[in-house]
Order: sequence, then structure tokens, then C-alpha cells
Amino acid sequence: MSAVSDAVQVAVPSNPITQSIRDSLVIAKRNLIRMSRIPEMVIFGLIQPIMFVVLFTYVFGGSMKIGGSTSAEAYTNFLMAGIFAQTVTFATAGAGAGIADDMHKGLIDRFRSLPMARGAVLTGRTLADLVQTALTLLVLAIVALMVGWRVGTTGSTDALRVLGAFGLLLLLGYAFTWIGALIGLSVRTPEAATSGGLIWLFPVTFISNAFVDTANMTPWLRHVADWNPFSATVQACRVLFANPGVSESEAWPMRHSIWASVIYSVLIVLIFRTLAVRKYRSATA
Amino acid sequence: MPGAIYAEGLVKTFGDVRALDGVDLDVPEGTVLGLLGPNGAGKTTAVRCLTTLLRPDSGKAVVAGIDVVKDPDAVRRRVGLSGQFAAVDEYLTGRENLQMVGQLYQMKAKAAKVRAAELLEQFNLADAADRTAKTYSGGMRRRLDLAAALVVSPPVMFMDEPTTGLDPRNRQQLWDVIKQLVSGGTTLLLTTQYLEEADHLAHDICVVDHGRVIARGTADELKAQTGGERVEVVVHEREHMETASEVLRGFGKGETTVEEHTRKLTVPVTGGAKLLAEVIRELDTRGIEIDDIGLRRPTLDDVFLSLTGHVAEEKAEENGGPAGALAGKGKEARTGKSKKEATK
Repeated sequence: MSAVSDAVQVAVPSNPITQSIRDSLVIAKRNLIRMSRIPEMVIFGLIQPIMFVVLFTYVFGGSMKIGGSTSAEAYTNFLMAGIFAQTVTFATAGAGAGIADDMHKGLIDRFRSLPMARGAVLTGRTLADLVQTALTLLVLAIVALMVGWRVGTTGSTDALRVLGAFGLLLLLGYAFTWIGALIGLSVRTPEAATSGGLIWLFPVTFISNAFVDTANMTPWLRHVADWNPFSATVQACRVLFANPGVSESEAWPMRHSIWASVIYSVLIVLIFRTLAVRKYRSATA
Repeated sequence: MPGAIYAEGLVKTFGDVRALDGVDLDVPEGTVLGLLGPNGAGKTTAVRCLTTLLRPDSGKAVVAGIDVVKDPDAVRRRVGLSGQFAAVDEYLTGRENLQMVGQLYQMKAKAAKVRAAELLEQFNLADAADRTAKTYSGGMRRRLDLAAALVVSPPVMFMDEPTTGLDPRNRQQLWDVIKQLVSGGTTLLLTTQYLEEADHLAHDICVVDHGRVIARGTADELKAQTGGERVEVVVHEREHMETASEVLRGFGKGETTVEEHTRKLTVPVTGGAKLLAEVIRELDTRGIEIDDIGLRRPTLDDVFLSLTGHVAEEKAEENGGPAGALAGKGKEARTGKSKKEATK
């Protein structure tokens, strides 16, 4: 027993950055193993966006005017960027519930008593959620193709641009999981984290260009929608996918949607990571 | 030289509640200190301060020679914490849990793997190593939690109510593990509500109430403080009670208490077993049939009662007064609640 322990007791970490990456990956692996053991959570996470794809396509398709056309086909092509973006933001609730659950079960106490990098528990969680988000997006893209979604319907695009759009979506999802992490650390139960992580997402994703053309909104609401960080990513995706319904608005995030999307997401990560890690340090179960 | 765990004037407040109100502790290397007290007394808060989970408002805390506030990471490398509820990931197997903790103690993946296997063997979990912790019994989870705290064989260990909610068999098993650990030279601070547990495991005991240490010493010293031994007799026939009382009066050093309905008589004595034999002989000569007789030494329950004026276990419910109600709403009360849910 002591032969092993003497060696490890004094093992002082080499470099804080390598330690931080290593610890984050250990935690990410732990969360991925968990997800694989609770497949129903991943499956339920898929049902909601698939339902949205199908419902919006068949219920609203044909009664929405997109880019001068009211065809169901135009709406389907318009809709997907919005649904993809909404889906990635819903990862917020999962991250929040997971971290609240860890707090509740005393696991955060365990981690905080270990000589590990301070932000690693949260970074590991958000990285695992990123993997889950990527899987969800993959399944969703296949379903979207099945209901008739196609890229390059209003112009030309290429694989790189399409992958770029998915990259922006993943970045947005990653940014939002940090908001979820902060929520998870701030509430007392996983249930509260789930609802607390979801409720505000409805106005954020609906007061946007995701499901309707913002040109038809009341001016003040349109202004909110145009500057909504969420709208920037949706707009960028439509541009990169060459799908219909790209907003004609003069607002800066709509004119420079790709840059706006990146800047917004990076800002959200910086702000909420700082807040969440600070909260984690003082967290008490 | 201060001990392996040392605290001086430790204060921690949560709002209006002084969870720790100037706690002093000194645990010599290789010994066990039992922190004994009812729910909400401040035991968990003390452990959380000493293990860097909470920053004390004032006071000094040194663990394994390192100041807890100044260099928390160095402290974390040298302590193991086993929590009030089993902090293991229930969706991970026992092996995965221990490997993860090993890696987070900055062991190389391979070393963590070897160590996990060693611990699973040592804690009698080898057969269940590749099952998720969700399938473990309460006792197995506690053992896994304890194993996780021991991954790097830390020189200083903290255990917060390690046997709360365990059945007697599992409690005994865990006690054996703890004794083994201490015989290997580990310094241990253990909190408990069970007086029996402190009596059994700890070299020294600190009795805590309302965030303060109200008594300290060995179990025997604390018992001696409460007063000496007494003889208890239960007579078979109700008619014999008067005669028996007369006999006891002859041997006793104080007033005899009589419980009519249980036919029990109690009298304080000095003289130990020898005196007990004389009492038995005398009762026999007088033809009094007895159901039970014994020499009773004070238990830690008696100690607690005489120190605080209330019984340890009942205190949580008795929190009627404003001070008690406040204390009950502190952090410990919340932890207590989640513990209940976790054991479901």
C-alpha cells in the first residue's frame, strides 16, 4: 500500500495548463460514460427537436411567407437553421441539471476536496455536453434531410461552408452550456436547474429570426430580435447553407452574421465561465 | 509542535448563525479525534473548513503542517475526505470511480488503475468492481466512498459521520476498516452522533454543541466527569422491593432511586465488582429473587446529558427555542436533508 502511495503523495502537478486540460478530459470522460449509461436522457433530448422539425414543417409550412414564397418547401429550408440553433441551446438545461445533481449528491464536495484544476469539473461537463450536442445535431440533420431540407437552395455553397455553419452551431451550444453550468451551481435541485435552464430559452429562441421573418414584427421587437445573439447564429447558418429567408435588416449582427455569431459565443463563454468558476470555488452543497 | 490537525479559534458564520464559534482542536499525529455532537452542532462545518471546502471567517487551521487558508491545494494533496453521504458517481462502476479519483489526485492513468484494483480488493469490492455503484448496497457505497478517500493513502483523513444510516453489521465492518487504517499511522478526525462510535474508535473526544467545544478528553475522562458507577437491581417480586431497597441503602453512597413499574432499584456506589458480589450475597441471604443485577458505568449518553442538559439524539426534534431553531436552519440542516434523499 505504502509503496504506491509514497510515489503519488508528492506528485506535484507539472504545468497548470496541462493539468487543467487533463483534469477536464478526465471529467468529460466520466460524464460521457454517464450519458452512455442513461441512454434515455440522450433519446429524450432528441425527441423534442425531431418533433419540432416535423410539427413546424407540416403545420406551419405553406402558410409562412419566406423570401417572397409561401411554398412549404421554402419554409422547410428556412426553418432548419432555426431548429438546429434552438436545439443546441437546449443543451443548457442538461448541463445545469447535471451539475445541480452533482452538487446535490455530494460529488462536487468530493471534487473540491481533490487537488485538481478548479475549472475542470465545469469544463469537463461542458465538453461532454458538446459531444452530445454534436450527436444530436447529426441525427437532426438526417431527419431534416428526410423531410426535404436541402442546402444551396438560394445560391451556391460547399462542404466547407456547411461544416462552418455546424461549427458555429456547436460553438453557440457550447457557450450556452456555460450559462447552464452557472444555473446548475446556483439552484438547489436538479429539477430546478432543468426548468431554470429552459424557461428563459423560449423567449430567447422565439424573439428571433428562427421561426419567422423578423420583417413582420413590431419595430421594437424586431430590433430585439435582430440583436439577439441567437439570431446571429441562425442568420449565419442560412447564409452558409444558402437557405432562404436571410434577413435584409441593416442591424450590424445581421449584416455581419458570421462574425457576430463568433463574437457573441466567445463573449458568452468568457463571461459565464468566469462567473461559474467563481461560483464553483465557493459552492457549498 | 502542533498536531497533524490543528485549529485555533475557528469561526464560521452563515448569516446570523454562528456555525463555528471559536473552535480549538489539536490532533496528535497517528491518533483519532472524535467530534461528537447533535445535528447542527457545527461538526460538518468544522470538517468543511479543515478540508478547504469552506473558508473560515477567522481563526487558524493547519492540516498536515500546512495552513488551510494559505495553501489549500497543498492541503488537498494530503487529505482524504469521506463525506456524510456517499459521494460516488452512481452511474460509474466502482473501478471507474476509483480510477477517476486517482487521476484527479494527479496520478498517471496506469498508476490509478493499479491503485483502484488494490483498493477494490482491500475493501472487499472486487466482485462488484465492474458493476455501477447504483447497484451497490448502502454499506458497499460507504466502503467505496472510503476507498476513494484513501486513493493516495493520505496521512490525514476526515470522515463525516461515516456510519450514519448503516445497519449494525455494516457499521461493524466499517469500524474494522477504520481501525486498520489508524493502526497504519493515519491521523483521523471523525464526526459522529453515535456516542458508542466515538467511544469505540476515538482516542480523544471533543463534544461540540452550538459551534463550540464544550468538553474534551478521553472517553474515560469524560465519563469520570459525569460521576461514578452505580448498582442496578431488578427484583422478581413486587413485594420484595422494600427489602431490596433496604439492602441497597446499606451499600450505597447516595439516594436509592426506585422505579415501581419496572421493579428497578438504582443506587450510586464505590467499590466496583467486589461490592457487587457482596450485594448479590446479601440479597440472596434475604431470599430476594432477582431478574437482573449489574454494575453500570456512565455511558457517553450520560456524559452528553449532563453536559448539555439534553440527550444527543433527541436534540434535533427538541429545537424549540429560537437559538435552536436558527441553528437547525444552518447549512448542516440542508446537508442532512439531502442525505436522506440520497439514501432513498
